[in-house]
Amino acid sequence: MMEDKVIIVRNLVKKFGSFVANDNLSFDVNRGEIFGFLGANGAGKTTAIRILSGLSRPTSGEVMVAGYDAGKEPEMIKRNIGYMSQKFSLYEDLTVKENIMLYGGIYGMKLAIIKQRTEELLERLNFRDYANRIISDLPLGLRQKLAFSVALLHEPRIVFLDEPTGGVDPITRRQFWEMIYETAAGGITVFVTTHYMDEAEYCDRISIMNDGKIVALDTPENLKQKYKASTVEEVFIKIARPDRIQS
Amino acid sequence: MKRFLGFVKKEFLHIFRDIRTLIIIFGIPVAQILIFGFAVSNDIKDAGVAVLDLSKDEITRKLTDKITSSGFFKKTEDLVNYSDIDLAFKKGKTKAVFIFEKDFGSRLLKEGKATMNVITDASEPNVATLVTNYSMAIAGDFNRELSRNSLNGIALVQPEVKMFYNPALKSHFMFVPGVITLILILICALMTSVTITREKEFGTMEVLLVSPLKPIQIILGKVTPYFLLSIINVVLILVMSWLVFGLPVKGSIVLLMLESMLYILMSLSLGILISTVSKTMQQAIFISLIGLMLPTILLSGFIYPIENMPVIYQYVSSIIPPKYFITIIKNIMIKGTGILFVWKETLVILGMTILFIFISVKKFKIRLQ
Amino acid sequence: MQNAIEASGVSKKFGSTTALDDISFTVGESEVFGFIGPDGAGKTTLFRIITTLLIPDEGVVNVFGTNTVTGYRELRKNIGYMPGRFSLYQDLSVEENLNFYATVFGTTVKENYDLISDIYTHIEPFKKRLAGQLSGGMKQKLALSCALIHKPKLLVLDEPTTGVDAVSRSEFWDMLSKLRRHNITIIVSTPYMDEATRCDRVALIQAGKILVVDKPEIIQSGFSRKLFAVKSVMKHQLIGALRKYPETITAWPFGDSVHLTLRDNKIDQSLYSFLEREGISDTVIIETPAGIEDRFLELMNKPE
Repeated sequence: MMEDKVIIVRNLVKKFGSFVANDNLSFDVNRGEIFGFLGANGAGKTTAIRILSGLSRPTSGEVMVAGYDAGKEPEMIKRNIGYMSQKFSLYEDLTVKENIMLYGGIYGMKLAIIKQRTEELLERLNFRDYANRIISDLPLGLRQKLAFSVALLHEPRIVFLDEPTGGVDPITRRQFWEMIYETAAGGITVFVTTHYMDEAEYCDRISIMNDGKIVALDTPENLKQKYKASTVEEVFIKIARPDRIQS
Repeated sequence: MKRFLGFVKKEFLHIFRDIRTLIIIFGIPVAQILIFGFAVSNDIKDAGVAVLDLSKDEITRKLTDKITSSGFFKKTEDLVNYSDIDLAFKKGKTKAVFIFEKDFGSRLLKEGKATMNVITDASEPNVATLVTNYSMAIAGDFNRELSRNSLNGIALVQPEVKMFYNPALKSHFMFVPGVITLILILICALMTSVTITREKEFGTMEVLLVSPLKPIQIILGKVTPYFLLSIINVVLILVMSWLVFGLPVKGSIVLLMLESMLYILMSLSLGILISTVSKTMQQAIFISLIGLMLPTILLSGFIYPIENMPVIYQYVSSIIPPKYFITIIKNIMIKGTGILFVWKETLVILGMTILFIFISVKKFKIRLQ
Repeated sequence: MQNAIEASGVSKKFGSTTALDDISFTVGESEVFGFIGPDGAGKTTLFRIITTLLIPDEGVVNVFGTNTVTGYRELRKNIGYMPGRFSLYQDLSVEENLNFYATVFGTTVKENYDLISDIYTHIEPFKKRLAGQLSGGMKQKLALSCALIHKPKLLVLDEPTTGVDAVSRSEFWDMLSKLRRHNITIIVSTPYMDEATRCDRVALIQAGKILVVDKPEIIQSGFSRKLFAVKSVMKHQLIGALRKYPETITAWPFGDSVHLTLRDNKIDQSLYSFLEREGISDTVIIETPAGIEDRFLELMNKPE
């Protein structure tokens, strides 16, 4: 398997005034890897993700995403990543097809290609019957699968998922992770952020942030061994349990 | 009672914490008064006047000189006959026409009095009033000079004032009743409906409903602060119009305040009614602005006289509460009349208030739908 | 002993969607009772019926023997309710929020301070801060304090742990356990299966129906087959291969492994060799106890 790295972060620092949101982060994420990015509220996760997705520049350090420098070519990064969050991804008042077309248009894809991929997508998800249905009429599980597929429409090298399976039923959840595995097996890197440690168990590797620093980074299994814990949740609490009240 | 006071205290905290609410409550009235007051200029300088001198003698020349050298007026043109007057106004530069009757000078000397007609363009009521006042003053001045010089000492120029386009001369003071009417309905209805829908939107209403608070306690708790603030607002507007524009309240202040409280109550119950039909703050704002502010400005007689409206609008006008309040407040403030002249309007507003309260208490849900 | 909640045959429709479909259950006094199910399962609707905010189309709910429809006025004094979004006034401070809810319920913070002290001490240092500026975990604690301030007999918590980080969630559950000694009945809803074990009893709820009600360990042990955790680096291929294996009943990804059930309930060499033929050679298979989520899946798949 090709071991090229699609995210390379070296000594990333992001400051807001005197507040250090990201304190000297360094890590790599491999091609086709499912990478879990965890941390308590206010640990600096959101800041780091904004930088990785080209929405914000680092104060110092080197950040390469999909081969582009986050400090210099954020626009190129945006073109090569996909994003899906539980809260916002699809326009609820548009149909399935309209959402796909719109998304393709936003990424400047050619109409012929959008049409072709739309057909493929509908076929693969078994969504033919839903093509002209308004999103808000669809069950949550279907919406989520569609949102994920749409985020992959422009064939990004990395896809960012924010709490991808929070609140869905166990079957949909499994089906969703199967889609993620399939995507990763196809060489696309999946970058997952979540508050829910049982989601973290599905990742190949996870990093845990605390106070702007990455305090742990390994496979879930190794972390559980290292911290003598039976679940990632226990690991997380052992690492992040604040000895002071966090504001 | 303690629950109720706790609720009122919380509402006051909301109001005083939010700078935008404070601006709406106190900034808008002040701004409105100033805009309406000063947008219509308070002084005239070099106002264009035309002269139609049918006498052309020494005295009319003197009087014309006095008028045009006063600094208030500037002659735009000399007219030849009456038919020129309308055209002169339509050209736009002329604000007033001075007409000296035939044989003005000889009449003045023989009969001791002569008539000078002043015709003003009252489509700008403010300018028209000022022009009238100034020309009266000039004529009076001229009279005194004349009497000092003349032998019999009774020579008099009689200015006769006529107004074109707006014969009743709605003075610029008229905007004060209009502003009070608009501000009160806007603040009361808008703010109450927004503050209630806000609780729905943020989910706090769910908890209030599950609490032992009765709907009437919630409603009263919501409107009490706005009732008090609105009364302060009325006083503020009255004091401002008195200080800045010298507009006194001719009638009874007590009556004016009582009528205002009734109108505030009506507006508040309207606000509650709006909140029972809106799910979001956006809806509440939309209904309040479109449904209340526009009709109040356009149809209540605030800006456009009701009697000049097409009949259908007159009907619409008669179902909007501000129409009645404007009548009441104009009567009390400007004409100085008492309750005997406004009891009908008062009853209409009272009736509307009772109706709105009845509907809103009925519609206010003790559960979610 | 009297039951805190007795619900029988409760149904509720909104237009053409059925939110609750003939639900019955009982909650004992001083129990911590969890309703566990995905978004849209009907949890919030059920809680609104219990808190007297909604009237069921059919069926009856009695809380401490009082009907939620006819006795709503009486019940509202005894219920502490924390809706899905923490119902706090963002523009009031921590202290002001708490005082307000205390007055609304006709009590004072002082009077019931012992009840909330465990929770409130976490946020007391920030009592002057506006609620809108608190972190998720602190908002959650404040909302809980507000819901408890009038010493309710029934505490209703609708998804109190959604959107809150793992540390705060764990602290939150610890606090709920401590409330037990104050003789307060707690019902709590959550979409997260792993929180089931923190409850005395749970109801698994899906599409407006209750799948099962019992103690979490009994629900787990109700899993009808042996469950195996299969691990490989190539997860995607592994799932596909396992599903092709003729003995397989179900193969679902679960955390870092794939949970597998087999017709004959045992692993033998033929599975290993089958997987090897499919190109997966690093397989590790161990028998594993079923969790709530496994049982939920099994119940969901059970034909009606």
